[in-house]
Amino acid sequence: MTADVLRMSAAEAAERVLAGDLGAAELFSTYSDRIHQLDDRLGAFLWTADEPPTQDGDAPLGHVPLAVKDLFCTEGVATTAGSRILEGHRPLYTATAVRRLAAAGAPMLGKTNMDEFAMGSSNENSGYGVVHNPWDPERVPGGSSGGSAAAVAAGLAPWAIGTDTGGSIRQPASLCGIVGLKPTYGAISRYGMVAFASSLDQCGPLTRTVSDAALLLRHLVGHDPCDSTSLGLPEEVRLPSRTDLKGLRFGVPHELGSRAEGVETGVGEVFDRTLDRITELGGEVVQVGLPHAPHGISAYYVIAPAEASSNLARYDGVRYGPRARNGTLLDLYERTRAEGFGDEVKRRIMLGTFALSAGYYEAYYGRAQRVRTKIADDFEAAFDECDFVVSPTSPTVAFKLGERTGDPLAMYMADYCTVPMSLAGIPAVSIPAGLARPGDGSGPPGGLPVGFQIAGPAFSENGLLDASFALEQALAFDTTAAFL
Amino acid sequence: MSNTATGWEPVIGLEIHVQLATRTKMFCGCELSFGQAPNTRTCPVCLGHPGTLPTLNAQAVHYGLMIALALDCEIAPRSIFHRKNYFYPDLPKGYQISQYDIPLASGGHLEVPGGPSVRIHRAHLEEDAAKLIHHGESGRIHGAGSSVVDFNRGGTPLVEIVTEPDVRSASDAREFLQLLRTTLKQIGVSDVNMEEGSLRCDANVSVRRPGEETYRTKTELKNMNSFRFLERGIDAETARQIGTWESGGTVVQETIHFDPVSGSLTPLRSKEEVHDYRYFPEPDLVPVAPTEEMTERARAELPELPAARLERYRADYGLADDVAGTLVGWSELGSFFEASVAAANGNAGAIARWTTGELVAFLREHGIEDPRESKLSPDALAELVGMVEGRTLSRGAAKEVLGELTAEGGDPRSIVEARGLAPIADTGELEAIVERAIEANAAAVEQIRGGKAQAAGAIVGAVMKETKGRADGAEVNRLIREKLGI
Repeated sequence: MTADVLRMSAAEAAERVLAGDLGAAELFSTYSDRIHQLDDRLGAFLWTADEPPTQDGDAPLGHVPLAVKDLFCTEGVATTAGSRILEGHRPLYTATAVRRLAAAGAPMLGKTNMDEFAMGSSNENSGYGVVHNPWDPERVPGGSSGGSAAAVAAGLAPWAIGTDTGGSIRQPASLCGIVGLKPTYGAISRYGMVAFASSLDQCGPLTRTVSDAALLLRHLVGHDPCDSTSLGLPEEVRLPSRTDLKGLRFGVPHELGSRAEGVETGVGEVFDRTLDRITELGGEVVQVGLPHAPHGISAYYVIAPAEASSNLARYDGVRYGPRARNGTLLDLYERTRAEGFGDEVKRRIMLGTFALSAGYYEAYYGRAQRVRTKIADDFEAAFDECDFVVSPTSPTVAFKLGERTGDPLAMYMADYCTVPMSLAGIPAVSIPAGLARPGDGSGPPGGLPVGFQIAGPAFSENGLLDASFALEQALAFDTTAAFL
Repeated sequence: MSNTATGWEPVIGLEIHVQLATRTKMFCGCELSFGQAPNTRTCPVCLGHPGTLPTLNAQAVHYGLMIALALDCEIAPRSIFHRKNYFYPDLPKGYQISQYDIPLASGGHLEVPGGPSVRIHRAHLEEDAAKLIHHGESGRIHGAGSSVVDFNRGGTPLVEIVTEPDVRSASDAREFLQLLRTTLKQIGVSDVNMEEGSLRCDANVSVRRPGEETYRTKTELKNMNSFRFLERGIDAETARQIGTWESGGTVVQETIHFDPVSGSLTPLRSKEEVHDYRYFPEPDLVPVAPTEEMTERARAELPELPAARLERYRADYGLADDVAGTLVGWSELGSFFEASVAAANGNAGAIARWTTGELVAFLREHGIEDPRESKLSPDALAELVGMVEGRTLSRGAAKEVLGELTAEGGDPRSIVEARGLAPIADTGELEAIVERAIEANAAAVEQIRGGKAQAAGAIVGAVMKETKGRADGAEVNRLIREKLGI
């Protein structure tokens, strides 16, 4: 029974619960027990719920419990955003996304580990320990939603939500061999998400199937009066059903394709094979150009730190969180922040503060914003030529713990293929497309997961999920292969 | 301080912060605080808790539009908010949300009738900071034993109005600010109480020689929380700058704190040390794009503005400048006056004099802001003034009646009757009193006969004392001349 329940997709589990074939409490305790038994090996969870809130009746999400990135505020439950500066912080309210999913019948299973303030691509920047990749415990799960991705891939959670600023859902989904969707900016309320870079942050699902992602998305989207930048989606999210790709054109930008700089050979091969599957399904593969995409990382590492330097100013020890005592007001600020923030967060605060400084604003922030506009224009032009733009999600498979911690630029390149979509505000999904060995041939003999990224125009989620579903069925990747 | 006297011309621009009288704060649903217990009007949003987002108060935008229209400004089709970043405990987010390079309104003006005309550079929306309370002798953060923060005020909606440097004297600055205050009060967007901080004024001050076309270095003068302090502060700073230039020194750009008690000026910090605010567009808010409908609704809600009212009082009622000025500057008084004129169906000049004279004296004495809070009704005032004008009540008696009307209420005729204040109608009785007064004031009679007509005052005074003011002054004078045969 347990094994059956585990290997079901969340959508299937929900159906079984709603049909009365499976108890919601049983489902919850199955996962909860596994977390208690197995999470020592992963480090994916920072907190787990003791028992689900009592829910009766038909809830569309079937009481299937949800892992929630610790970036989402949860009333009365510690919310740290992976930072020591928020140790023990218990919010007075619950994030809109979490509230909506709970109301739709997905109670919170636990809070997941993450890179501090979502700044990182390996989860090694957490103030609460690293997370191990279930495919190879020597390797990172990706980040910043590393805990959510690892939990779903290891079968410690049926599904999860995370946030994506420059790739923080798609890249860990890719490295852990699951599905990760970053919706259109504004589709989902950001209210209650601890802010990293406000103009880029977006909530999204991490799941084992495309259908699960669609199901969560359906109940996440919508305008929220608490978030002026939230719009929702123009139409209801449909559950995907497409089985072919006839009539659809998939644009491959050479800037981000299999032969782009830094893309591992194995990753490139899986990507090219996936293009073949698209053709077999009736889709057309065309070449497109995203001439400004290679500048995405540069622009991103000005804009995101600039916004972060401002968003993180509130952590001053005055109102909440730990406070360094004694001394002057300046001492209080300096010590609280010196002790509370990790190195990467400090690095980005300094980068962002510098970029916004008088005399440098135009040269950095102003210019980065212009690059951002150019990248958005590139995508618009590309979507005249194709329905979707595709690329590898990550240039590499999961790398080893510690491998890039001494080289921030190498770490930043992990988001090379995902950042352009974030800057353009468009939706993009990563689906697992195959396995490959890293460049040095290390790791498990069977290889490590490779994600395939599909991006569509703003608000094209239904089409994007439909195409992803058709491809997912054809690829038949086993997303339960790394279950603990 | 006029430039002719000193050989220098002050150049003054004002920055005025107006707390808007909305129900709730600028970016959250907390109600505004009026002396509530500290930190009781707060929520996760205005406390800057993690994950919270601002949402713009529509009423604040509406009030902002009303101010923009009242000051004859142009309204930006799309204005945006920026973040002004700096660390201070009164700023929970570590930044203030304010408008920066594209404000809600710009390019207006406000003219004091018969006084200065001042161009408005801009008017923009922003949020107020929280309130710091420093425990210690200095009352300021340096040297304080401890400091606490009351976040009730944090997030209160503000409009900041910035003028062009068009003001040329401290008294012009006061006159302008008085009209601005009256205007804001009249349109109902703020309590405009300077002592309580709902209207705050800073002044940018420099001086130059008449004829100079460029500006010299300016200083920013803070903490002038009354009209008197504004005038005194600017005068003191102007004198200081003139002294500096004349002694061969140089004025440096700095912020100066004016201490109204000692009259001293203390530099707060030099501009070199001033924060780099690292302004950038606030990504959590969308642009403010007022629709035609929003602007028209704001325009429709604008009452008659003080400048227009002043013109009307002069033209329609023929009021003198000082009387009209008092009525316009004190809008409740003006409304009371108009109601009284309407009830009297005329007598505007006399009612205006009574309103700005006796009534104002009474209101000031009792600290009453709105005459309708006294027991006097506009109808009663109209009737009282009518009796005086119709010679059925002496001025002296009328003052006594007004005293009772304001304190106790009632109608003038009953009070006159009850107190026996009707004028002495019997000429015989009055003649007898006048004769007695002439007899008792022989010295005055001598003087009058000697050609000193004003000596009659002593005799009139005696008559009035005797009659308790019920005698008609003109009639008494006539009788005195008759009796003395002059």
